[in-house]
Amino acid sequence: MAVNRRDFLKLSATVAGGSMLAGGGIAGMLMAGDRGGAAATVHSVPTVCEMCFWKCGLIARVVNGRVVKLDGNPLHPQSRGKLCGRGQAGIGLLYDPDRLKRPFIRGGVRGDGRYRPASWNEALEITADKLKAISAKYGPESIALFSHGTSGDYFRSMVKGMGSPNITFPSFSQCVGARNVGYELTFGESPASSCERVDLTRSKVIVLIGTHLGENMHNTQVQDFAEAVANGARLIVVDPRFSTAAAKAHSWLPIRPGSDTALLLSWINVIISEGLYDKEYVARYTEGFAELAQTVREYTPAWAARETDLSESQIIETARQIGANSPNVCIHPGRHTSWYGNDTQRARAMAILTALLGSWGREGGIWLAPSAPLAKSPAPEFPEAARPDVIAGGYPFVGGEGLTNAVRDATISGNPYPIKAWIMVGTNLLHTLPDPRQTMAAIGKLDLLLAIDVMPTDSVMQADIILPESSYLERADDLFVVKQKEAGIAIRQPAVSPLHESKPGWWIARELMLRLGLEKFAQPANFEQKLKAKAEKWGINFAALTKNGYIPVRTTSGPYISESNQPVFGTKSGKIVLASAELREHGFDAVPRYEKVPQPETGQFRLLYGRSPLHTFSRTANNPQLNELVSENEVWINSAAASRLGIGHGAYVRLVNQDGVRSNRVRAKVTQRLRDECIYLVHGFGSTSPWLTKAHNKGVNDQQLITRYAVDPISGITGMRVNFVTIEKEA
Amino acid sequence: MPRYAMLIDQRRCVGCMACIVACKNENKVPPGMYRTRVAETTAGIFPKLRMELRSELCNHCDHAPCVDACPTGASHKEADGSVQIDKSRCVGCKACMAACPYDARYVHPDGHVDKCSFCNHRTKVGKAPACVETCIGGSRIFGDLNDPNSEISRRLREHHVRVLLPEVGTKPKVFYINRFSTPGQEG
Repeated sequence: MAVNRRDFLKLSATVAGGSMLAGGGIAGMLMAGDRGGAAATVHSVPTVCEMCFWKCGLIARVVNGRVVKLDGNPLHPQSRGKLCGRGQAGIGLLYDPDRLKRPFIRGGVRGDGRYRPASWNEALEITADKLKAISAKYGPESIALFSHGTSGDYFRSMVKGMGSPNITFPSFSQCVGARNVGYELTFGESPASSCERVDLTRSKVIVLIGTHLGENMHNTQVQDFAEAVANGARLIVVDPRFSTAAAKAHSWLPIRPGSDTALLLSWINVIISEGLYDKEYVARYTEGFAELAQTVREYTPAWAARETDLSESQIIETARQIGANSPNVCIHPGRHTSWYGNDTQRARAMAILTALLGSWGREGGIWLAPSAPLAKSPAPEFPEAARPDVIAGGYPFVGGEGLTNAVRDATISGNPYPIKAWIMVGTNLLHTLPDPRQTMAAIGKLDLLLAIDVMPTDSVMQADIILPESSYLERADDLFVVKQKEAGIAIRQPAVSPLHESKPGWWIARELMLRLGLEKFAQPANFEQKLKAKAEKWGINFAALTKNGYIPVRTTSGPYISESNQPVFGTKSGKIVLASAELREHGFDAVPRYEKVPQPETGQFRLLYGRSPLHTFSRTANNPQLNELVSENEVWINSAAASRLGIGHGAYVRLVNQDGVRSNRVRAKVTQRLRDECIYLVHGFGSTSPWLTKAHNKGVNDQQLITRYAVDPISGITGMRVNFVTIEKEA
Repeated sequence: MPRYAMLIDQRRCVGCMACIVACKNENKVPPGMYRTRVAETTAGIFPKLRMELRSELCNHCDHAPCVDACPTGASHKEADGSVQIDKSRCVGCKACMAACPYDARYVHPDGHVDKCSFCNHRTKVGKAPACVETCIGGSRIFGDLNDPNSEISRRLREHHVRVLLPEVGTKPKVFYINRFSTPGQEG
């Protein structure tokens, strides 16, 4: 193959030419730190990454007080000596000149960007006074917390301590919620202990339903994925887009968006009708098989071929491959599953298929979470909330993480009671929740919007008070209990002291709690002493933990089913539930049935979105190191569709959604790698915050175009792949 | 004396670009410049497609045109077979850049030409290059061709490999395994 001499393409990167970092930048700072010559002091600090939420163990190399390199901790089972591009680029976050450097108090009207710097004491006093006033006037339940990341836990104690039950995590409703509920209804537990328990390296067949491993970058899971590919695992990828994973697949099924459940039900149909399921496992561990078999009879491959736009022979062939390799088949449960508003039943179909194959608790399937007997600390006695929470929104199967959308609805309506304060910890709600217009309307109802963050995101720039948090490389956090096939304890410890005037999340929460009279729920001033005591209570040598970053602990159960290692299903019956009486009682289908979703009209494209391996949500677009490689997103348009519209590769276009919302301009990536009724964007761009000097106005914010969403009636999550756009050429 | 080489198993590359960020940090590569990159090429018509992910870097050629072109001796072969640049001898004339068929070099803001060194500051102390150490897919394999028991020697014996632009006669020491499955067919 000829290599064009000037064809050093950057994968998925927009060619940015001269628009890189202005002089100096990170590289300059690093060199300055390295110029200590013979006197340079070099040391290594093992700690835990938080560029995403896989929470890899890392080792920071510190030269003369400056972090110059981050490496994976070889001892930590979630990194195994490696870090992804984002993990490597933690240095970019630490030294980002656009970081929040001191507390700020809003000077002008919300959103006009006028802030005055404040001392910590003033900012904390004003915040505490406002929280007290709101609690006194509207009740403590009028204070809501939106949390993501480690620091959220400290503020959860604060909000609970004040007496509010309204604590919610976008990771449920906008991400994994439907998956978790679907698997909990089936197996009594989620398929992830934070990290998905997929046994890819031992799989004979791996099935990815929209999961784009490689582009969706989770360190050891992708390590395992590559290993599985190299081992010759048969890979079946169901995706309307030719993802990196699809490019490695033996079978790529370029499915019509929204019809995944039809494919899954027809696979179940073939596997049952041809007797390819694990009969012994099904008899021993499941209930409801007869009803399942009866229900899926109508979902034949011929029928599914019409729904999915796949061939009948391809559906039958892949079903047989899956069945023939039972139980060493991994039906990957996925992660972001908030797609069409019927997502819990799709997750149920995936869970049921997993059960039929006998792959839960078997090699190459989903391994069982280890039990690690660690002494529990007594739970603090938080006050009972006087009024019920609003986080479930009336949906019957909402997880404890609650529904961000339900809190937003209650804030806008004032029902069942007013919500008057939002505390955002590491959450960029304007880029996370669908329909940012509603988020803005809700913010308009608030007496206090408080932001605790590292970066001045679009949502932070709406806040009344901004409290600058130290990045994960500058702070300690509570000990992490790691549950891979082995279990262990990991520690986060500062690689360098907090920069600027930033403070660790635990400290910020503690200082607020002192001012709110809630010291008994706060972290102790000597945080390290607390970590030491906790480690010792668990029988862990604290000095060894700080030196190694990770210490394994004893487990009392293994990853695979054997006569001496039997699975425990947390369902009511203690069995795997194929036909759910619980769902039936609430008026839902006991066995998933196929529901069609609306398709785009002529001239419209369905808006699909996904990930870049170099970005985490909307958190990293301004990271100098990552921005250099991927500074903006592109809109993927099928070549034939682009040709019909006269759009050339690299041309700027605008997207206009069904409600007339018009996007920022965005470059067209004209490609064969996508079905022609949809377009695709990498999520997390199009920031409007002027304080994000690199990310500002770069690319398009997919969430801006997601003005419609379909709420799943079972789990309450927001399906977000239900928007249609037209494409306008930019003059 | 070892003779270093790299083998890139393209089947395992997931295009995550961890190698690029690791390299840039490890070697303080200035913004906008790269010692290694990942090229993506897709061929075919929907839905019959085939994608190649190809990591590219200095090939540390045995017949290195950059070394021949360098008027000052700054670009030179080391005893370990790697091509290195003696920055103090480099006058920034760019003759090497014109000679390199792989576009592997750039002009550092300090005035000298720069490129991948196979992380020789790391290999000297027994560590793998930064890109290899963090390669998520385990796609990059580095080692000693003079050691028949090294992983790279073993894999080179076991696989059909190719090099980039063999026709230019540079004898690269970066090798590629690139047997791809074609979607819908047996691999």
